[in-house]
Amino acid sequence: MIRQPGFYTIFWREMLSIRKKFVKFFAGSLVMPALYLVTFGWGLGRGMNVQGLDYLVFVLPGIIALSAMNNSFSGVAITLNISKLYYRTIEEILVSPVGPWSIAFGRALAGCFKGLFSAGLLIGISFYLHVQITYTLSFFLILFLTCFVFASLGVLAAMLARSHEYMTNFTNFVILPMAFLSGTFFPPDRLPEPFPTLIMIYPLTHAALSLRSIVAGEGIPWVSFTVLLLYAGVLFFLGGKAVGRLEL
Amino acid sequence: MIQAENLTKRFGRLTAVDRLNLSIPRGEIFGLLGPNGAGKTTTIRMLTTLAKITEGRAMIHGFDVSRAPIQVKRVIGVAPQGLNLEIELTAEENLEYHGRLHRMPRRERRRRISELLRFSDLEAKRKVPVDRFSGGMKRRLLIARALMHRPRILFLDEPTVGLDPQIRRKIWGLIEELKSQGITVLLTTHYIEEAEALCEKVGILRKGKLIALDSPARLKENVGAYAVECNNKNGCEIHFCRTREEAVAYAGRLQIDVTIRHTNLEDVFLQLTGEKIHE
Repeated sequence: MIRQPGFYTIFWREMLSIRKKFVKFFAGSLVMPALYLVTFGWGLGRGMNVQGLDYLVFVLPGIIALSAMNNSFSGVAITLNISKLYYRTIEEILVSPVGPWSIAFGRALAGCFKGLFSAGLLIGISFYLHVQITYTLSFFLILFLTCFVFASLGVLAAMLARSHEYMTNFTNFVILPMAFLSGTFFPPDRLPEPFPTLIMIYPLTHAALSLRSIVAGEGIPWVSFTVLLLYAGVLFFLGGKAVGRLEL
Repeated sequence: MIQAENLTKRFGRLTAVDRLNLSIPRGEIFGLLGPNGAGKTTTIRMLTTLAKITEGRAMIHGFDVSRAPIQVKRVIGVAPQGLNLEIELTAEENLEYHGRLHRMPRRERRRRISELLRFSDLEAKRKVPVDRFSGGMKRRLLIARALMHRPRILFLDEPTVGLDPQIRRKIWGLIEELKSQGITVLLTTHYIEEAEALCEKVGILRKGKLIALDSPARLKENVGAYAVECNNKNGCEIHFCRTREEAVAYAGRLQIDVTIRHTNLEDVFLQLTGEKIHE
């Protein structure tokens, strides 16, 4: 008899939750990226050209990366933090034989689903608006990797958080600057020195650069891909370790 | 089944549990009694792998808690003090989730869910989300969930805290039923009557230290089976006597109204510490 692995149960639990609150989940996944799209794509960028591309074509990969980041990070960090500090439902998992790596992996996969779902909605909107973008397999590979990076960061942040304020601060000081400075809405080289170099430390910069490069038909930039892979490995490792060290 | 040797937990300078020694055989219902902050929950957290042991060691069903946590988790069931149920899920889904976490096969999960919903008298609430449950129903589901994977040892942390007496008795009935199934139970409580009604053996904790360990009857015998309670200018004073005759004779010598009653574990705690358990 095949028994489901531990990480699948963690993932299954999250999917059950999404199924129960699908309308809320759907609307929640759509609001922020749609607002970015309307504000930056239509509002500010109408008629603009950036790097020889229509601004909407330029900005959409960035917004997709941003949306994937926001939803995969907060989809893990907020729920896991609440489960740890408020409902304490994480205890139920911690006293079960599911190991810390399975817990981290199951949660990260659920975060990936949330990130990919919101990115998928944006892609759907782009089809509806006839934005001239071709989505390839490598586009989705980078998208998945981006989601995994930020979902793993979500696991790590939730495990380190000792209060709800910690999560708010983490979002304000790490996620928010990354969202605006990572070249999601503009080419990084427009920033004054040393910012174009500094922002290369952000994984979102590499996600946006990679997606944009793929959309432009230039293929995967291997440096950015490697950076994203490294972030995914390191953050997942730290997240899994933090779950293992969690003491309640 | 449960053994603790010099079990110690420190949080910085604070020693929450101080060199605790316990040996609980299979099938026993054991109670850890003590006021709030005595170290009861911390002890359970260490024994159930949720808190790291600072010093000493604990063995559960032959497995070292620090070295073989996964094996320990397979044989224990835990019903914590906080109602940590998945409130958006139904009673059935909560049990299903627990069964999956313990990798129970699907058919066994189905069978066990029906058994436990019957056991906890929640069959009619099978498909109801837990956020619509009363406190007593949640508590019953919590115990049912802890039993889902057929653990050999069950940890119940304050299983009836905050419940009215009628519901409390219902939960006691569930716990007594576990004994007939050969399950070892370690429960913590600060309710005297709960420890007396359920536990074959009681350990009294105060400020992290185990100050007494025996059956409730023997603990009371050691203090004196009868208590003569009188109110005077110093407040309520209690004098303990070995026999009823001794108590009546003592009361006769006093020139004020007195109450003669059986000794309880509250008296034991008072005698050992000079404090009341609920102060």
